[in-house]
Amino acid sequence: MSTAQQAGVTGYNFAYLDEQTKRMIRRSILKAVAIPGYQVPFGSREMPLPYGWGTGGIQVTASVIGHDDVLKVIDQGADDTTNAVSIRRFFARTAGVATTERTVDATLIQTRHRIPETPLTAGQIIVYQVPIPEPLRWLEPRETETRIMHALKEYGSMHVRFYEDIAHHGRIVTTYDYPVLVNDRYLMRPSPIPKFDNPKMHMNPALQLFGAGREKRIYAVPPFTKVKSLDFEDHPFAIESWDQGCALCGSHDSYLDEVITDDQGTRMFVCSDTDYCHDRLAETQA
Amino acid sequence: MTDPETLVLRVSQLAKSFVLHNQGGVILPVFRDLDLDVAAGECVVLDGASGVGKSTLLRAIHGNYKTAAGQILLRHRGSMVDVAAAEPRRILELRRWTLGYVSQFLRVIPRIAAIDIVAEPMQLRGLDAATSLRRAADLLARLNLPERLWRLPPATFSGGEQQRINLARGFAVEYPMMLLDEPTAALDGANRAAVVDLIEETRARGAAILGIFHDRETREKVATRLFTMEGRLAA
Amino acid sequence: MSALSATPIDDLPVLSVRGLTKLYGTRVGCRDVDIELWPGEVLGVVGESGSGKTTLLDCLSARLTPSAGTIHYQRRDGRVVELFELSEPARRTLLRTEWGVVRQNPRDGLRLDVSAGANVGERLMAIGARHYGDIRREAVSWLGKVEIDGDRVDDRPTAFSGGMQQRLQIARNLVTNPRLVFMDEPTGGLDVSVQARLLDLIRGLVANLGLSAIIVTHDLAVARLLAHRLMVMRGGVVVETGLTDQVLDDPQHAYTQLLVSSILQV
Repeated sequence: MSTAQQAGVTGYNFAYLDEQTKRMIRRSILKAVAIPGYQVPFGSREMPLPYGWGTGGIQVTASVIGHDDVLKVIDQGADDTTNAVSIRRFFARTAGVATTERTVDATLIQTRHRIPETPLTAGQIIVYQVPIPEPLRWLEPRETETRIMHALKEYGSMHVRFYEDIAHHGRIVTTYDYPVLVNDRYLMRPSPIPKFDNPKMHMNPALQLFGAGREKRIYAVPPFTKVKSLDFEDHPFAIESWDQGCALCGSHDSYLDEVITDDQGTRMFVCSDTDYCHDRLAETQA
Repeated sequence: MTDPETLVLRVSQLAKSFVLHNQGGVILPVFRDLDLDVAAGECVVLDGASGVGKSTLLRAIHGNYKTAAGQILLRHRGSMVDVAAAEPRRILELRRWTLGYVSQFLRVIPRIAAIDIVAEPMQLRGLDAATSLRRAADLLARLNLPERLWRLPPATFSGGEQQRINLARGFAVEYPMMLLDEPTAALDGANRAAVVDLIEETRARGAAILGIFHDRETREKVATRLFTMEGRLAA
Repeated sequence: MSALSATPIDDLPVLSVRGLTKLYGTRVGCRDVDIELWPGEVLGVVGESGSGKTTLLDCLSARLTPSAGTIHYQRRDGRVVELFELSEPARRTLLRTEWGVVRQNPRDGLRLDVSAGANVGERLMAIGARHYGDIRREAVSWLGKVEIDGDRVDDRPTAFSGGMQQRLQIARNLVTNPRLVFMDEPTGGLDVSVQARLLDLIRGLVANLGLSAIIVTHDLAVARLLAHRLMVMRGGVVVETGLTDQVLDDPQHAYTQLLVSSILQV
């Protein structure tokens, strides 16, 4: 058993959490992997950052990370935002692991609200930060009732929401945290990733883990699992598209962020995934 | 005794009384030991003073009143069914297929037009809407109900108009047994004559009729036999 | 005057209840209730407040668990099941597909925060309908059958009058063509003219769809209009049962006689 002393920070266990907690979380993860899409309750710990800042994701990462892992942390697709930097440094100091900004070099990726554009490979683990895990919460405030609905696969009312969208707006207006059916069984919220990223979850070679710290739930999508976004036959699921490509690398296949560049309201569209954008730039310049 | 081949109704040792539980349990006897046969093609008229139980007897045969003793055997689809002992479902079946009843008063349902009231018993037996409405119209015309009233709910109609709708409904279906309770009470001469014709046609097609007629003239025209009910009260 | 679809008399009953009892400690909700209900038949359960009729309805519709007794239901596929021997998923599915429950207050039986169309379409979506256009068309069709203008399909029930809400609740329940419908005071609290319209609608739907129904009401006029048979309840027990017109015109039990004689004539 290694301690954080090897990592250079004294007084903390490896990856911050004590071993008993990691054990408990790993048991929950195993159960989640065994039942794809099912929300497993776990004893979420108080972490050194408030709820809403990724405590669930951090606990999952802390439980699966090992000495030889290479960690990448992104927030809205970027490695260089405050939160991504903080979390990456947290693990660098408490676990002494190598870190990277390159998707292809990472073994473990913690993400807030995006899936990297670069396809993941077998052996990689991606950990999503989840605010609200329950897809039926909008419809049914009682936890007792939503658990019964999941147990009995009573998901028809989820379509009621989409029916309402189409009735009032002519189309389904949900554009992020778009509910999916996992392994033809459990209805799942993929966390607030744009619906653009939903197809990436389907039959992904990587292991996908989801942690909600405040709500104390862990769920998982094992490698090569069927993940289907809900829709209607005559209003099929469709991802976003843009009229232009990325202003930096020219990509037409990635999710673009709209960036305001001056006080006059000038705007440009750039890849949300900074690593992907750098790679493409490097290629075109090479 | 009546030929069993043509027997349609056999009332046997029938007894009826009312027990008024909320008036100290007072018992009002109506009749007892009542025997009556009606055969196909007969029009038997119940005779007797007011209060002797004529309407009560009709209602008992119709299954509307319960009886204390005896049987009410009705020929239904080839066999004799005892109305007095029959289950509610069976009685409803009898009323749909075998037993017609024209009461003194029309029970009015809000929003249902006169012609639809008349057509309903036909449609319950499976007749299509168009044919049943046509036949309903024929009957209403025969009973001289003005056509402008056909499509209106009869709640505001006169007694005579309501009675004619009641009659049309009662005669819309060819029942093997018909019960008529004062069918001409509210009608004038011309309409009474129309009812007499209807009754004659019904009898001629082989139905059995049991009726109460206050009006002597009509009674004499339609009755094949009188059945007097005096002196059948419990001692 | 009664309406029955043309079914042979020897069919099996749709619902067969024996000894149904619901106790609250020593207090009797309902006791030893026996019922047989046939296809296409409407049973009226009448009684005053506290008679146990609502408790009975809640037990029959699986909203309450009875203390004793059995409820056997013949499913559309012919199989007979005992309601409380079924697993909960099976029972819930039954309630969504073969049964309907129309509550006294339509707000208890509707989703107030989604449109009328969604309310009617929800059951269809619950049993797997996935074509928006078809669901909407079906919803509009059902709104028409309950005399709600198709234009109102996207309106929320909160924008409807009480009578319209009740009709919407009926449509929501009938969309899956149930075999058996329970109604608890369906015309309660509605204006008289609205009542008349609703009763006419119910009468027509029951006849045309061949539904079996159990209707709880305190209003004997409603019972006479809608029910083939009546059950009179008092103090949790059935005091009299029989053909509707017979129970109302020739009541045998003291309490029934009291009820009938208490009605005001217009």
